[in-house]
Amino acid sequence: MIPRPKPERFRLRRTMMFMNAQKPGLIKDAYIYGVDSIMLDLEDAVAENQKDAARFSLYHALKTIDYGDTEVIVRINGLDTPHWQEDIRVCVAGGADGIRIAKCESAQDVLTVEKAVEEAEKEFGVEIGRTLLMAALESPKGILNAYEICAASPRMFGVAISGGDFRKCMQTKPTPSGIDMLTARGMMLIAARAAGIQCFDTVFTDLDDTEGFLNEVRQNKEMGFDGKSLINPKQIRPVHEIFAPTEKEVIQAEAWVRAFREAAAQGIGVFTVNGKMVDVAFIPGAERTLKLAKACGMYEGDLV
Amino acid sequence: MKNAVGRDIPEYLLRDGREVYQGKNYMDGKYLQKAAPRTRRYEKPQESKIVDSIVDALRQVGARSGMTFSFHHHLRNGDFVVNMVMQAAIEELGLDDITIAATSLGEAHDPVAQYIEDGKVVGIQTSGIRGKIGEVVSAGKLQTPAIIRSHGGRPRAIEAGEVHIDIAVVAAPTSDCVGNCRGIGGKSNCGSLGYAMTDAKYADHVIVVTDCLVDFPNMPASVEAIDVDAVVVVDSIGNPKKIASAAARISQNPRDLMMAENVAKVIASTPYFKEGFSFQTGVGGPSLAANLFLEKYMDERGIKMGWAIGGICGPMVEMLKKGKVGKVIDVQDFDLDAVNSINQTPNHFEMSASQYANPANKGAFVNKLDFVVLAALEIDTGFNVNVLTGSDGVLRGAPGGHPDTAAGSKCCIIVTPLVRGRMATVCKNVVTVTTPGACVDVLVTDYGIAVNPLRPDLIKCLDDAGIPHVSIESLQEKAYSLVGTPDDLEWEDKVVAVLEARDGTILDVVRKIKPLKL
Amino acid sequence: MIIEKSAVAGTLESSDAQVTVEPNGGGIAVEITSSVMNQYGRQIKAAVLETLERLDVKSGRVTVVDKGALDCTLKARVECAVFRSCGQSDKNIPWGGAVK
Repeated sequence: MIPRPKPERFRLRRTMMFMNAQKPGLIKDAYIYGVDSIMLDLEDAVAENQKDAARFSLYHALKTIDYGDTEVIVRINGLDTPHWQEDIRVCVAGGADGIRIAKCESAQDVLTVEKAVEEAEKEFGVEIGRTLLMAALESPKGILNAYEICAASPRMFGVAISGGDFRKCMQTKPTPSGIDMLTARGMMLIAARAAGIQCFDTVFTDLDDTEGFLNEVRQNKEMGFDGKSLINPKQIRPVHEIFAPTEKEVIQAEAWVRAFREAAAQGIGVFTVNGKMVDVAFIPGAERTLKLAKACGMYEGDLV
Repeated sequence: MKNAVGRDIPEYLLRDGREVYQGKNYMDGKYLQKAAPRTRRYEKPQESKIVDSIVDALRQVGARSGMTFSFHHHLRNGDFVVNMVMQAAIEELGLDDITIAATSLGEAHDPVAQYIEDGKVVGIQTSGIRGKIGEVVSAGKLQTPAIIRSHGGRPRAIEAGEVHIDIAVVAAPTSDCVGNCRGIGGKSNCGSLGYAMTDAKYADHVIVVTDCLVDFPNMPASVEAIDVDAVVVVDSIGNPKKIASAAARISQNPRDLMMAENVAKVIASTPYFKEGFSFQTGVGGPSLAANLFLEKYMDERGIKMGWAIGGICGPMVEMLKKGKVGKVIDVQDFDLDAVNSINQTPNHFEMSASQYANPANKGAFVNKLDFVVLAALEIDTGFNVNVLTGSDGVLRGAPGGHPDTAAGSKCCIIVTPLVRGRMATVCKNVVTVTTPGACVDVLVTDYGIAVNPLRPDLIKCLDDAGIPHVSIESLQEKAYSLVGTPDDLEWEDKVVAVLEARDGTILDVVRKIKPLKL
Repeated sequence: MIIEKSAVAGTLESSDAQVTVEPNGGGIAVEITSSVMNQYGRQIKAAVLETLERLDVKSGRVTVVDKGALDCTLKARVECAVFRSCGQSDKNIPWGGAVK
C-alpha cells in the first residue's frame, strides 16, 4: 500500500489530465508523462452500467499505484445522479488528494459534497479536512455563482470551466479566438482570484489542431489561468513550455526572494535589490515564479 | 558447456567442430572455405525457361525427399509461395524428410505447421519464426531442432556450406522468361530482393515463381537469369495488402513519442553525431518515431546523415528526397513509399543480405554503422536482448538483423517500454539470448535510460548533456514492482531450437516449454 | 458473501481480466486462462483465492480470462463480480474492510 503525503492546497497545477478510471492499461502509470495532476474520471468516461466496476478499479489503483509527486484528483458523478455518494466514499477511503465536483452550480453544492466528504473521512479514519475539493462550472448559473462557489469551503483549491456543456447552454461553438467563452472565462478568473483559489481552463478536444491548441494555451496564460485540463499526454509538454517563466523573470525572482529572506533574517522590513527598493507584495509572486521554474527545470536552487 | 553469455549448451550439439559462443569478434582473421554449388549446364540456347507448374519445375530440377528448400521473406505476411511449393512437393510429388531454409517464416506459413506435425518437414532454418510454426516447434514436434540465424549469419552459413540449399525458390514480383527477377513492376511489389541474392548464388537449383511475366531483359535484375533453372508463372504470389503497408506512419502513441525523443537526445549527445553519420532504425513504433526527432537535432546542428541502411520505409525515403540523408542502401522495404523509391529515387540502392550484415565477408555495411535503434521483447540486467521467444518461452520472434547491427555499430540503442501488459521487458534473465549484452550500449524505456557500464565514454556523453540515466538493475526492479516477480519458466530437456550467433557458434538453445497447469 | 446469481466484471482488453462468478454446489472452483500463464499463473490464482477469502465466499465457480492484468485489477474484477452477484455493487461497499 502506498501512503500518500497530505495534499497541498496550493501546488503547481499547470496540467490536469483526464483518465478513464475504468481502464487499467491507462491508469497504471499515467504519471510517467510528467503531468502535474491526474484526474481519474468516474463521470463521463465511464458507462452508466460500469460505475460500480470503475469504483473497484479506482480503489485498488489508489491503494496500489505509486503516483509519486503527481497529484491524484477524482472526478465524481454529478449530484443529480445516484452515484456521487459512493464515489465520495471510495475517493476518501482510497486516499485521493482531491475531488472534482462535476456540474457545480452553487455554494450549496460544494457544501453538500463537503458534508459527505467529512462523513467519509470520519468513517474511514482519514484526517478531517485532508481531502481537497475543486468545482467544475458547466452552466451559465455556475458561472454567475462562481464567487460563492469558490469561497464556499476552505477545502476548495480551484475552479475549472467545462467547455462542452457550457457551450451547449450558450448555444455557441468553439472559436479560434475564444470569444465564445471569453466572458465566462473572465468572470470565473475574477471570482477565483477574489476567493484566493486557482483557476483552470477547459479541455481542447481536437488533437489534430496543434496550432489551435497552442493559441488557446497562450491565451490561457495571458488571461491568468493556473493551468489547463487535458485529454492526451501529448498536450502536456506544450502547456508546460508555454506556462514556463522567462529566464529574466527567474533571475529577478531569485534575486528578490533571496534579498527578502536575508533582510527578514536580520529583522529588516524593507529591502533593496541592485539599489532599488522592492515591495514585499511582489514576494509571493516571485516565489510562485521560482516554483514554476523549478518544475520546468530552469531553477535548481533551494529557495523553494 | 557454458558459453560467453552464460548459457548452458548441451555437449551433444558440439560436434563437427561446432563451438559455443566465445564473445564478440572471436572469428576475426580466421579463414573460411567457401562452398560451391553443383549446377546444371545450359549450353544449348534456350528460348524460354517457363514451365507449366511448380510441380513441373520441381520435377525438372530433380526434387526428391531429404532436400533443403530455401525461400526469402520479402512478401512477408502476404506470401503464398512457401505454401504453394510445399503443397506441390509434399502432396503432389509425395516428398518427405524436407528441410525449409527460409529467411523468415510467419503467420502466412501456418499451413506448414501441419507438415511438421505430419513429419514431412523435418528441419527448419530461419531468421524469424512466428505463428503456428513457432507453436509446433516450441511444442517439440519438429524432428530436429530448428536452427535460428541472424540475417547476416544466414548468408555466412550458406557461403560456408553449413547449410546447403538444394533448391532455392525465388518469389519474384516480376521476371522475364529466363528468370531475371526484380522486386517491382508487377502486382505484388516488394521492392528490394536482398534476401534472395545469396540463396540464388549458392543453391544447386533455382526456381523463379512470378505472377508478372515481363519482356526480356528485366533489368536491372536482383536475381539474374544466369543462376535460374526454371520459371513458373502463377496467378498470384502474394496478397499485396500484406506484403507492404500503404505507408508506415510514425506512431502517435505518446509513450512511443516520449521514448523516441529520448533516443534522439542520446544520439545527439554522442561524438558520432556529426556530418555524414550513418544510421539504421527498426520499424517498430518508438524506433521509427526516432527519425522524426533526429531530424530536429540534425537541423539544429546543421548536419546531414551520410547514409542509412536496413529495412527501409517511408520516413527514411522522405529524408532522402529532402536531401537530409546522402544515400539509402536497402535490403528490404516495409511500405509502398520505400517499394516505389528503390532504384528510382537517386541514391536509393539495393543490397544483398550478405552485403548488409554477413560477419564473415570483407566489408558488410553494418560494420560502418554509427547508430542503430532496435526494439526488444526482453532485455536483462546484463543487457542481453531477446527478440526470439516470448516471456512464456514460445518461439514468436526474429533475430533478423538485430545481432548483426548491434555488433557492427558504434552505438546500439534498444528502445522498449519497461513492461508490456503484465510482461516485464526489462528482466533479470532473458528467456533466450539473441543479441549478447556486450553489443548493446544504451537502453531507453518509458521509465528511464540506462547505459551499459562497458561504455563509460557514452555515460560521460549523457552526463555532459544533462540526460538523466539510471542503472539497468533499477529499471528491472521497477518493472518487477509493477507487474510482480515472474515465476521461472519450466522446461523439458529436449532442445527445440538452436540459436546460432552470427559467427556460427552456439549462442543459446530453446528447450521445450512445460506449460503451467494449475 | 454468497454468490446468488451469475455475474461478470471486466473486459477482454489488454491489461484487463474478465471475471465470471456463478453459484456452485459446494466449495470454490477456479478456472484461469491467461496470456501470461507460464510466468504468473500461480500468482493470479493466489490473488483470486485471497480475494474470495476476504469476501468470505465459501462456494462458487469463478472463471478468469486474464489478458495480462495486474494484481490490483484482478482483485477489483473479482470483487465487483461477487458484489454484482449479490446485487450489492452500487453502494455501501466496505472499502478498506473486506475490500482492500
